[in-house]
Amino acid sequence: MTDATSIMDREYEAQFGDYFALLKPRVMTLVVFTAFVGMLVAPVSLHPFVGFCAILFIAVGGGASGALNMWWDADIDAVMRRTAKRPVPSGRVGGDEALGIGLALSGFSVVMLGLSTNWAAAALLAFTIFFYAVVYSMWLKRSTPQNIVIGGAAGAFPPMIGWVAATGSVSLESILMFALIFLWTPPHFWALALFMRSDYDDAGVPMLTVTHGRPSTRRHILAYTVILAAFAIWLGFTSAGGPVYLIAAIGLNAWFVKGAWEIFRRNEEIAETDNYSVEKRFFKFSLLYLFLHFGALLADAVLRTAGVIG
Amino acid sequence: MIRAEHEIHQRRRSRNIGLGIVLVGFIAIVFGLTVVKVQQLGAVQGFDHVVRPELLPGEEAPN
Repeated sequence: MTDATSIMDREYEAQFGDYFALLKPRVMTLVVFTAFVGMLVAPVSLHPFVGFCAILFIAVGGGASGALNMWWDADIDAVMRRTAKRPVPSGRVGGDEALGIGLALSGFSVVMLGLSTNWAAAALLAFTIFFYAVVYSMWLKRSTPQNIVIGGAAGAFPPMIGWVAATGSVSLESILMFALIFLWTPPHFWALALFMRSDYDDAGVPMLTVTHGRPSTRRHILAYTVILAAFAIWLGFTSAGGPVYLIAAIGLNAWFVKGAWEIFRRNEEIAETDNYSVEKRFFKFSLLYLFLHFGALLADAVLRTAGVIG
Repeated sequence: MIRAEHEIHQRRRSRNIGLGIVLVGFIAIVFGLTVVKVQQLGAVQGFDHVVRPELLPGEEAPN
């Protein structure tokens, strides 16, 4: 066999972008932003270059868990329209390659984070990768309708890792930042599940809307949103928060709880008549909600550094 | 010898260039981290094999 025929035998040879897509770059942007804020609001300041490296390694760790998730979930990704074009189910990258890249980048990111900041942050990053790849993807995603809640925990760790990278330990502020994302995830995704007739069913992934019904999902959204509001406002009274955050949190949470209450009050008949407008508005607002909370934390940190607030 | 540029070669080139950039970036990061970490060690020259008090802040050299 010549070189030319061996090349032609393979249907597709991945290019760099295909490997990059394995790392779920869109999820990575959220990881980078929240880890950055978690690090900046911490009372200990890192050298800017060390801080940059820490954020980079946290992002790479998040990407590694994304690659492991794509390796494991290739079968269900192939069934669902939203995910069928991902590198593994579309055949651009082999499953074994995704596994290798995921494992290599996991080890690399954890060791490099430990060397550049501290080993507590590295251990937390390792746990996050394990939690997302093993506890969520392999174990609970396909077996419980609370999968969204569990997956949300993995996404909630980055600000805590950022905080620990700066301070060396977990504290109340970092736990509350974790709680903010953890409790935000379920209402965010369940609102989406209400108006998107998703194809999770074909893939055999249990979703709350299917297993427990839509009225139950509406109740769940309200319950999580009320608890979320309490934790979000609590964060405003800690050293991480400040006046900007507190004002933003009160306003945003009042709006969010109002939206959840409206969703709770509606049934499918009413929702279908206006094409799920309330649910869609709530979902869109939820994206802004998280961004503005962390943005407000950032604003307070900047004002504190500038000496405008105490 | 293959002269025609097949699409597969372009993809392979993109991969090689990408990996090259990643490796160069990694070298820059390790170098930068080393510089920062060494700078944070403080007056390391004061303990270079033998104590050199003249390099330590606040220490008088012996007469």
